[in-house]
Amino acid sequence: MKSFTYSRATSVADAAKTAASTQGARFIAGGTNLLDLMKLQIETPTHLIDVNHLGLDRIEPTPEGGLRIGALVRNTDLAADKVVRRDYGVLSRALLAGASGQLRNKATTAGNLLQRARCPYFYDTNMPCNKRKPGSGCGAIGGISRSLAILGVSDACIAQHPSDMAVAMRLLDAQVDTVGADGVARAIPIVDFHMLPGDTPHVETALKSGEIITSVTLPKPIGGTHVYRKVRDRASYAFALVSVAAVFGKDGGSRFALGGIGAKPWRTPAADAAASSGAKAVAEAALNGARTTHHNDFKKTLVERTLASLYRHKEARS
Amino acid sequence: MPSDHLTRRSLLQGSAAIAAAAPALAPAGAAAARPTAKEGTGMIPVELTVNGREVHLQLDPRTTLLDALREHLHLTGTKKGCDQGQCGACTVIVEGRRINSCLTLAVMHDGDKVTTIEGLGTPDKLHPMQRAFITHDGYQCGYCTPGQICSAVAVLDEIAAGIPSHVTPDLDKVSLSDSELRERMSGNICRCAAYPNIIAAMNDVAGETKA
Repeated sequence: MKSFTYSRATSVADAAKTAASTQGARFIAGGTNLLDLMKLQIETPTHLIDVNHLGLDRIEPTPEGGLRIGALVRNTDLAADKVVRRDYGVLSRALLAGASGQLRNKATTAGNLLQRARCPYFYDTNMPCNKRKPGSGCGAIGGISRSLAILGVSDACIAQHPSDMAVAMRLLDAQVDTVGADGVARAIPIVDFHMLPGDTPHVETALKSGEIITSVTLPKPIGGTHVYRKVRDRASYAFALVSVAAVFGKDGGSRFALGGIGAKPWRTPAADAAASSGAKAVAEAALNGARTTHHNDFKKTLVERTLASLYRHKEARS
Repeated sequence: MPSDHLTRRSLLQGSAAIAAAAPALAPAGAAAARPTAKEGTGMIPVELTVNGREVHLQLDPRTTLLDALREHLHLTGTKKGCDQGQCGACTVIVEGRRINSCLTLAVMHDGDKVTTIEGLGTPDKLHPMQRAFITHDGYQCGYCTPGQICSAVAVLDEIAAGIPSHVTPDLDKVSLSDSELRERMSGNICRCAAYPNIIAAMNDVAGETKA
């Protein structure tokens, strides 16, 4: 690990200001991703701002009937929250499908949204990677790409977004609440929060320099049957090859979001619109524009089959 | 590997710091002060309560909680396996929660209570989980065992607290089963594959607790 200085933020405004005015500063919350990357010198911050003591660890109802989740709420606590279990079951399920018990005890809501790619070429500092070292090329294109993305990819990067939680947040139309270095608050719809790689895969989110996430807000509950299905190489504690978050509405209106296959959590209006036509139609709509390699072409079939299993689950429960 | 040098160096610095700091332990009340870097040294004061004992350290901010426990406090029961959060050998209980001590900085835990395998029980007075691991042969080489035991103790608490898992059929009805234990222990790898005996040990302790 490269050396760095450390401070504890005393307020959100102080954290944002320090981050914007200190070259090489990063926030640290759970640290489970950042410290891993710092040990490998993929991340080399010169200053860490510890935001763990800002009191952003509450889950509260909003006046609109939704739920405001503090940025520092741990994954374990969010998954176990009574309101989340009852009204946003797909979020509990997605969280519980991710990582291990130890990691969920540490990992935070905001940190989960900000976790970086798990592409093997991003992790191997001997390989080119446009995300890690802009302009160096992409080792994954033409390389080992079985786990990587097939949607939203570019000629510069084919890394998949690794989060389970973010897929459920995308499904539920969450919004990311932030405070900027100028002290001004803003709300970013989750659809606009993660960036597609394009020519700049190192730019991963809409956050500006110093901007800090304070909470993630869910709109009021939409009811329906909530399901999260994750397909992976192990039964537990592995990243998704394919995951599907779904809410089947009682009135036939349903929505779907996919993980493991996109450069960001993937949701398309066309897939939601195809809900009444069944798994095959939803898969076709969702996978429109997919760009596969011979290593990860299987993911298209896997998406359709995972959707089919969700439909069977829904029918068994209704 | 640079980390080897760091470990050795921080070990020496840490030992010196403990020796130097020992006669001048902070008076009661001083504990409320937040840590700030000592000008010029880059070292940060950290106060922890480890296994019920209050300790004061001066640490390079890079020091993980795992290295603070092993290299500075010489509590070598907690093991360094992968050092990247994948194996669970470094699992300790912080403020009642199990975490990977390799993936957190000691300075982030100023003021926290930490329980390691040494704090759960002693050879003379074993924790029920330690005794059950012996009874059920829940290990072979033993390297992952301290992490397994810390994790296992916390898992039973999590189930008792009603925290659901990936395999919980109904999120509101959390109960004990082999599949629950297996899922919840997936962050602790045992290359000797003592898994069935670990589950037996956990079931044994869970039964005792219930009775």
